[in-house]
Amino acid sequence: MEALSTFAQLVVAGVLTGLVFALVSVGLTLVYGVMDVVNFAHGEFLMLAMYTAVGLALLGVGPIFGLPVVAAALFVFGVIVYRVFVRRLLAGPPEATVFGTFGLLVLMQGLAQAIFTSDYRSAPNPPFQGTLHLGVLAIPQAALVEGIGAIVLTAALFAFVEFTETGRAMRAVAEDRVAATLMGIDVQRINALAFGIGAACVGAAGSLLLLSNPAYPTVGVQYALTAFVVVALGGFGSIQGALVGALLIGLLEVLGGFYLSPELKMVPVYLAYLIVVLLRPQGLLGRR
Amino acid sequence: MQVRRLAFVLAAVLAFAAVPGAGIRAADPPEIVIGSILPLTGASAQTGAGLRAAQQLAVDLVNGHVTYPLPAVGHSGLPHLGHARIRIVFADSQGKPDQARAAAEQLITQDHAVALIGAYISSTTATASQVAERYGIPFLNPDSSGPGLTTRGLHWFFRTTPNDGTFAENFYQFLADLQRTQRAEVKKIAVVGEDGLFGTGAGDAEEDIGKHRGFDIVTRIAYPATTTEVNAEVQKVKAAAPDAIMMASYLPDALLFMRGYKDQGVQPKAILAQDAGFVDPGFVKALGPDAEGVFTREVFSLDIKHRNHAVPLIDQLFRLRFGGKPLDGNTARDFMGVLVLADAIDRAGATTPDAIRGALVATNIPGNLTLMPWKNIQFDQSGQNIGGAGIIEQIQDGKYETVWPFDIAVKKVVWPMPAWKH
Repeated sequence: MEALSTFAQLVVAGVLTGLVFALVSVGLTLVYGVMDVVNFAHGEFLMLAMYTAVGLALLGVGPIFGLPVVAAALFVFGVIVYRVFVRRLLAGPPEATVFGTFGLLVLMQGLAQAIFTSDYRSAPNPPFQGTLHLGVLAIPQAALVEGIGAIVLTAALFAFVEFTETGRAMRAVAEDRVAATLMGIDVQRINALAFGIGAACVGAAGSLLLLSNPAYPTVGVQYALTAFVVVALGGFGSIQGALVGALLIGLLEVLGGFYLSPELKMVPVYLAYLIVVLLRPQGLLGRR
Repeated sequence: MQVRRLAFVLAAVLAFAAVPGAGIRAADPPEIVIGSILPLTGASAQTGAGLRAAQQLAVDLVNGHVTYPLPAVGHSGLPHLGHARIRIVFADSQGKPDQARAAAEQLITQDHAVALIGAYISSTTATASQVAERYGIPFLNPDSSGPGLTTRGLHWFFRTTPNDGTFAENFYQFLADLQRTQRAEVKKIAVVGEDGLFGTGAGDAEEDIGKHRGFDIVTRIAYPATTTEVNAEVQKVKAAAPDAIMMASYLPDALLFMRGYKDQGVQPKAILAQDAGFVDPGFVKALGPDAEGVFTREVFSLDIKHRNHAVPLIDQLFRLRFGGKPLDGNTARDFMGVLVLADAIDRAGATTPDAIRGALVATNIPGNLTLMPWKNIQFDQSGQNIGGAGIIEQIQDGKYETVWPFDIAVKKVVWPMPAWKH
């Protein structure tokens, strides 16, 4: 009985952990899907979002009410980064985007170290710090809110890409850039929009993560690594794939940590990743 | 013509400066150079700046004439060497082992340091002290707690600070003292730590010493330091139902564990932490009332003024020099390190390496003549100070209060730690 309730608790924790990973990953997969660009500075966008949310919280606007503001700010930031920087990289050889966005990672981390120092900064009195008890299950409210946020965000993004005119244009660009241009789609505008929306998703994720995590210059690295695995596992560019991949990784990490050993908890995650990449290189729900 | 004369004068000055000892009047006692290796740039630059200020303050007090209840200070230099003044030369390790090695080399060969002190980050201390060993120059380490540093069999290496093994020992002494005074029953211990050098070193010591003292180590958990969630780890601790949990974590993971314990109803009698994340200013700020009752070891506290009234005085002097920042565990240890070295050089009465080493071996400074909570300073065969000890603080009403050792405690222990409030 004890073992069974522990298992149930671990499954719930695994699902909630997976949803947090999905929250962080959807923006990355959108950018990849439209532009074929893996943004290595993705984690640093998350870091920037968390610092922005801390700043708002210090002004009296908590992480939840501040979320739209942070998302909008990150959207603008994303568009600027695309217009000023990534657009030029796309004109170069394929490696240019890899090295370019990696350079952006180093720059943003260095600036954060210099400006904010390496101190940890939390939002003062964040909401949702209690625990929800459902029978044998104990669920932290912050994780629940983050999980709901992930589902809403993924669904909204999916609906946007599938059912709106702009979304259709994005899919067209993703499918064939040249043909899309010939059809009268402004590829630069669509790219900038995708980069901005990807950054806005990270903005939302950063605000929600602040419920349970402090902000510090290297906070993005830990999540970005998992996000890359999530995106590769779920299928590059597939939004619903990112959700599936994230849930799988969350469950494997938590269950592996308990039934194997906490030291080895990332082993099943990377093992699953290797198997999928070997047998199905396009990822679980990837199209190509 | 003008330019040529200037060039000539400049060349003469440079040539003069290059000759050691030139320019000093014959009547002046010679300067004694101590070389210091610190992370003055890089990620630990902020800490390095504080350590530099503390070491320079110690040197100035040795060269000055104001006395405090501390060794070697206030005699206008070193009396047994004709009141020779000490000069400390700093070299930057950048926090990197290879740079620390180069810095040590430079201090010995270019600056002719008679002894070295440093280097804060354990891995840089390891390489710098190897260089000193090769040249046969005494190396005093005041601030690195990696247990392995004193097990290398070095002849010229001395460490004043206690290491992580000492702190683990302190936890069990504290529990034994509580059993005596409060009838606190602790039998089952969970040892939890991140899987880097810090967490595994602390965890190994806690596990070994605990077993040796007859405690039941019910679970030992090493988790990846960069993890974003600790669900499995918390469930493992819960299943083991320990009386006390010993933690070695940085701040993000410390917060994850504390929230996890609360959410999952893990209710030990005590959480005993190896500082790090648990003494970060963000810990109490983020957890608020949920941080209440947590114990953590510390290397220093201003409460030590109850044993040595020099503590607040040195703290004031340090604040004046370092932008109002108070003396802390790192800066106090480095301050003491310079004094221990100066005291040894003075007692040696000579600046040869062998004489200084002999004096270091014979060092015996009582604890109440230090700023530290130590019993005394006395080195064993390996060069480790055997009188080292830490203090234990408990978070009470959001503040870190010294509760052990009892002779410097300012608050009574709250036992067991309060139940989680929902």
